[in-house]
Amino acid sequence: MNDMRLTERAVTEKAKMSARKVQVYYGSNHALKDVDVDILDKTVTAFIGPSGCGKSTFLRCLNRMNDTVASARVEGKIEMDGHDIYDTRVDPVQLRAKVGMVFQKPNPFPKSIYDNVAYGPKIHGLTRSKAELDEVVETSLRKAALWNEVKDRLNAPGTGLSGGQQQRLCIARAVATGPEVLLMDEPCSALDPIATAQVEELIDELRSQFSVVIVTHSMQQAARVSQRTAFFHLGYLVEYGETGTIFTNPSDPRTESYITGRIG
Amino acid sequence: MSVGLLSLLLLGLAALGFGLGRQRAIASVNGDARGLHSLPQYYGSSVALFTAVPAFLLVLVWLIVQPVVIESTITGMILPEDIGDGSTRELVMSDVRRIAEGIDVLVANGATGDEIAALVADPVALKARLGDAGVALAADINPHVATASAAYRGEVAMGRTMMSVAALALAVAGFLFAALRVTPQFRARNVVESFIRVLLIGASSVAILTTIGIILSLVFESWHFFQIYPAKDFFFSLTWSPKFGGGSDLGIWPLLWGTLYVSFIGLLVAVPVGLMAAIYLSEYASPRVRSVAKPALEILAGIPSIVYGLFALMTVGPFLRDYFSQPLGLGESSSSVMTAGIVMGIMLIPYVSSLSDDIINAVPQALRDGSYGLGATQSETVKQVVFPAALPGIVGAVLMAASRAIGETMIVVLGAGAAAKLSLNPFEAMTTVTVKIVSQLTGDTEFASPETLVAFALGLTLFVFTLGLNILALYIVRKYREQYE
Amino acid sequence: MTDVIAGAVPAAKSLIEPDARTRARNAAERRFRMMGIAAILIGLLALVTLLASVLGNGLSAFRQTYIEMAIPLDAAVLDKAGDRDPEKLAKVTTLGYGKLIEASLEQMLADRGVDTKGQTAKQLMGLLSKEAASDLRQMVLAKPDLIGTTVTFPALANGRVDGFFKGRVTMESAARDSNISPEQLEVAVLMKEAGVIKTSVNWAFLTNPDASELRPESAGLGVAILGSAYMMVIVLVLSLPIGVAASIYLEELAPKNRWTDIIEINIANLAAVPSIVFGILALALFINFLGLPQSAPVVGGLVLTLMTLPTIIIATRASLKAVPPSIRDAALGVGASKMQSIFHHVLPLAMPGILTGTILGLARALGESAPLLLIGMVAFVKDYPSSPPEGFFDPASALPVQVYSWTQRADPAFAERASGAIIVLLVFLMTMNALAIVLRRRFERRW
Repeated sequence: MNDMRLTERAVTEKAKMSARKVQVYYGSNHALKDVDVDILDKTVTAFIGPSGCGKSTFLRCLNRMNDTVASARVEGKIEMDGHDIYDTRVDPVQLRAKVGMVFQKPNPFPKSIYDNVAYGPKIHGLTRSKAELDEVVETSLRKAALWNEVKDRLNAPGTGLSGGQQQRLCIARAVATGPEVLLMDEPCSALDPIATAQVEELIDELRSQFSVVIVTHSMQQAARVSQRTAFFHLGYLVEYGETGTIFTNPSDPRTESYITGRIG
Repeated sequence: MSVGLLSLLLLGLAALGFGLGRQRAIASVNGDARGLHSLPQYYGSSVALFTAVPAFLLVLVWLIVQPVVIESTITGMILPEDIGDGSTRELVMSDVRRIAEGIDVLVANGATGDEIAALVADPVALKARLGDAGVALAADINPHVATASAAYRGEVAMGRTMMSVAALALAVAGFLFAALRVTPQFRARNVVESFIRVLLIGASSVAILTTIGIILSLVFESWHFFQIYPAKDFFFSLTWSPKFGGGSDLGIWPLLWGTLYVSFIGLLVAVPVGLMAAIYLSEYASPRVRSVAKPALEILAGIPSIVYGLFALMTVGPFLRDYFSQPLGLGESSSSVMTAGIVMGIMLIPYVSSLSDDIINAVPQALRDGSYGLGATQSETVKQVVFPAALPGIVGAVLMAASRAIGETMIVVLGAGAAAKLSLNPFEAMTTVTVKIVSQLTGDTEFASPETLVAFALGLTLFVFTLGLNILALYIVRKYREQYE
Repeated sequence: MTDVIAGAVPAAKSLIEPDARTRARNAAERRFRMMGIAAILIGLLALVTLLASVLGNGLSAFRQTYIEMAIPLDAAVLDKAGDRDPEKLAKVTTLGYGKLIEASLEQMLADRGVDTKGQTAKQLMGLLSKEAASDLRQMVLAKPDLIGTTVTFPALANGRVDGFFKGRVTMESAARDSNISPEQLEVAVLMKEAGVIKTSVNWAFLTNPDASELRPESAGLGVAILGSAYMMVIVLVLSLPIGVAASIYLEELAPKNRWTDIIEINIANLAAVPSIVFGILALALFINFLGLPQSAPVVGGLVLTLMTLPTIIIATRASLKAVPPSIRDAALGVGASKMQSIFHHVLPLAMPGILTGTILGLARALGESAPLLLIGMVAFVKDYPSSPPEGFFDPASALPVQVYSWTQRADPAFAERASGAIIVLLVFLMTMNALAIVLRRRFERRW
C-alpha cells in the first residue's frame, strides 16, 4: 500500500507550506523550538508525539490561530506558496480562509446544519446567489459524506447531530470555504471507532483536493491515513519523513521509543 | 417589667445555666472529663439553650400577638355611635392609643392611681390635663373612649406582666429540664447540634417569611382597597386624579404607561451600551484595559439610586430642557420621561454589562475557534456566532434589567415628574407606579381612604410584574447555563 | 471571486494584497471595535459627569459664610437675678439674644467704618441667619460663666448672603427676591472688604440637625448620620448572624428536596424585589400591624435587614462553596461531627468572603432610600435621637432620605446641601468598599 503512495507522492512533491526555525513562546514558556517542516501539496501529513510535545501548538501556527491567544508569541518563518504568513501585511482572516481548521471536539455553531456549512462562504462572499450557496452546501456535505444523512433536515440545529456527524459537519463547514490546506487537531479523539473510521476515510478522499495536516494521538491512525509523519517531543521536531520510514525504520532513538511505546 | 430588663434576666439565667450544666457534668464524673459522652461545654450549652431560646421565642410571639388581641377586645368597647361622621373605627382606636400614652405620661409625671381614675371619669378634665402634659388632642374625649383608653392601658400592663411571668416560668422550666438531664451518658453534643440545626433552619426560613409577609400585606390591603373602590375602574380607567375628600379617579393606566415609557427609554440606553461594553471587555480589551474599565463601570453600579435621582434633577433635567425640549418646542419641564429614562439607562449600564459579560464568557471558546478557523473576523464571530449563542442568556439579562427599571423609585421620583398623563412626547413630565406609591403613602395619610390604600394595589401590581419578569429571566438563564455545562 | 463552485479554490487570492471584500470586512471590524470603545467611553463619561456634577454642586456646602462680631454678654439682660441659675437663664428667649446681636452688629459696623448705605437695623439683621440668636443662646446656656464677658461670636450669615459669596445669588436675582435686596448685598460686600464677613470650613454641616425651610444655612446632617449609623448597627447585628445561619443550613446541611428548592428560588427572587415593595411591607407589618413608631431607626433597620439578607446569603454561600470538600473530609475523618467540621473549619476559612459580602451588603443598605420614605423617615426631625437602645425608637432621619427631603424644598441653598450630603454618603460608601477590597486582597485564598 505504501508503495502506491510513494509513486503518487512523486507526482505532487511540492512544498505548499514551509516552516523554518519556528519558535513559539507562551509567556516565558518556550513551547516550540527550531521547527523546520515542509507541508506537501495534496498530501496528508500527520503530527504525532506525546501530550504537550507542541504538535497542536505548531498546527495552530500554520493558520495563525495562536494570534487569538494573548500570551503567545511566534518567531521564525512560515511560508505559504512563497509568502511569509507572519508578514505584517498579511491579514490572518484571509489566511484562515485558505488554511481551514477542524478541531478536537466537534464544535458546530448553534445554528441549523445549512447555516453551519454556509457560514464560511457567506462571510467570505464566495457565492453570488442563493442557488450557488445551496450548491456549495450540498457539495460540501457530500464531500464530508454527510449529505445522505442530513439532506432532509438541513434546517435542524447542527448541535442535534451525533458526535461523529457533528465532526463531519465541522469538516464540511471547513471544506465549504474552499481551503488549500486543511488542519485537523485530533479530529477523532472525541469519536467512537465507527465514526473515526468514517472520518479517516473522508480524510483520504480530501487529499485529492488539498493538503491535510492532522494532529493525532494514535499512531495507528497516523499510519493509516498519512503519507508523511512528523514526530514531536518536548517542543522539538525530532524526526520528519515518509510515514512508512518513520514507523518501520526511524532514525532517531526517541522516535523508536515512542513508537514502541516506551515513552508517551 | 420592660422587655430590655426581661431579656437581661433571661440571658443571666442562661449564663447561669451554662455554668451549672458544665459543672454538673464534670462533677458527675468526678472531674475526669474523659468519662463524659461530650465535651463539658456542650452540657453547659444544652442547659443555656433550653433556658433562653424557648423563652425568647415566647416573648417574640407574645409581642406580636398581644397588640392584636388587645385591639380586638378594646374595639368591642367602642359603640357605633361613638364613631363620629367622617371618622372611622381605626381613627377612634388611634385616639384610644394616644390617650393611653398620654395617661402614661401623667403617671410618669407623678399622678396617682386615684387621680387617674377620677380623670377617666371626667373626660373634659382629662383633656385639659393631657394638654398640660404636652399630649394635644384634636377633639373632645368621648366618655366611652376614655374608659376604653383606661381599659387599654390596663390590658397592656397586664399583658406585659403576664408575658414576663410566662417567659420566666418557661425559662426556669427549661433550665430545670435540661439541668436534670445532665448525666455522663447524656448525649449533650447531639442535643446541642440538633438544637442549632433547628435554629439554622429557622434562619433560612426568614426569607420565606419575608416573601409571605410581602404577599400578605399587599394582598390584604389591596383587598381592602377593592372593597371601597371598584377593581374595574382601577384596572381599566384611563384617568388618575386622586382627590382627598372623595370622588377620585384611580385608573392605573397613566401610571403604567409612564412606568413602561421610562423603562423603555432606560433600556434603549442601557442595552446597546451595556452589551457593547460587555462585548468589548470580554472579546477585545487587553487585560490592562479590562482591569481599569471593568471596576470603573462597577463603581457606577455601586452608586445609590438617590444619587442618580439628584443627577437627573439637577443636571440632566435642566440640560435637556435648555438644549432640547425648549428650543425644539417640545416641553417646558425639566423633569420628563426622557430625563428619568436616560439617567435610568446610565444606572442600568453596569447591570446589563456585568450580566452579559458573565453570559458571553459562558459561550465556549471552541465556538469562537471554529469561527476564527474558518477565517471569520472577530466582529463576524461576535455577531454571527457568539451573540446568537448567548442570545437566550442576554434576553434573560435584559428582562432582569427591565424588572429593575420598573421597580426603580428614586430616579423617577426626582426625574420623571408627578403628572399622570398618557402622552407620547418623551419630553413631557409623566409619572410612574413607584412615584405614586411614594406620594400616596408619605405625609399624613388616613389609612382607610381609597387614595391611600390604592398604593397597596399599585404595589401589588408592581410586585406581580417584577416577580413575573424575574422568574421568567431566571428560568431562561438557568436553561441557558445548562446548555453549556 | 469568479466561478466559485463548491469548495473549488477561489481564483487565487494573494495573501498580501487584500481584495475589496476583505477591506470592507476589515473596515466593518474596525467600526465594531470602535462601537465597543464608544460604549466603554459612554459609561466612563457618565461616571465622570455624575461625579463632577455632584462635586461641583456640593463641595461649596462644606464652606460657610460667617459674620464675626464681638458681643458683650450683658448680665443685666441675660441674668437679672445674677445667680446664674440655669432655669432662670433659660427664660431669656432668642428674642433677647437677638437684641444683643443687633446692638453688637451696629456697634461693630460703626467701629469698622462700614458704610451701611442707609439700611435700617432690621435690614442689617437680615444679613444674619435667623438661627444666629438661638446659636448664641445655646452657647450661653451651655456655659453660663460667659455672662458678663465679651465673646467673639461667628454668627451664621443668611443663606442668601452665603449664596451670594458662593456665586449662587446675584444682584439681579436679589432684586426679585423678597428675602434679600441688592442694597443689603452691597453692604455685605463692604463688610467682606472690612474683614467682618469670613468664609470658613463648615463643620456644622456634619453635626447640625436639619433646619427649617427658611434657614438652609444652619441645616446639617447630624441627625441623618446618626440615624443611618443606628440602622447600620441593627442591620449588621441582625443580618450577619441570620444570613450566615441560613447559608450554612442551605449550603452544608440541607437535604436537596422541594423545600430547599423553594427557599433557593425564593432568595433569588427576593433579591430582585423592588425596594419600594419592602417599604410597603414595613409600613403594613411593622408600623400598622406591630405598632412600631414611625420614622424610627428600628423600623428602618428591620426593613433594610430583610433587604440585605439575600445579598449576604448569596455571598456567604459562594464563600462556603469555595472551601474545598477536602477540608470537610479531613475534619470528619478525625471524628468531628458535621457541625464541628462546619463551625471549626469551614466557617473560619470562609469568613473573609462572608465579611466582604456583608460590608458590600451594608453599603447597599446605607444608600437605600425608597423604603425609608414610606416609613416616615422624611419627616422633619430636629432632635438628635437619644443613645441606643432607646434611641432606636426615637425619630431620626437617614443620609439618603435627608438628600431627598432637601431636594423637595424651594430654597436653592438646599440643593447645594443635598449635593453636599451626597458627597458625605459617597465618602462613606467608598470607605466601605475600600475596606471590602482590602479584606479581599488580604485574605483571599485560592484553593
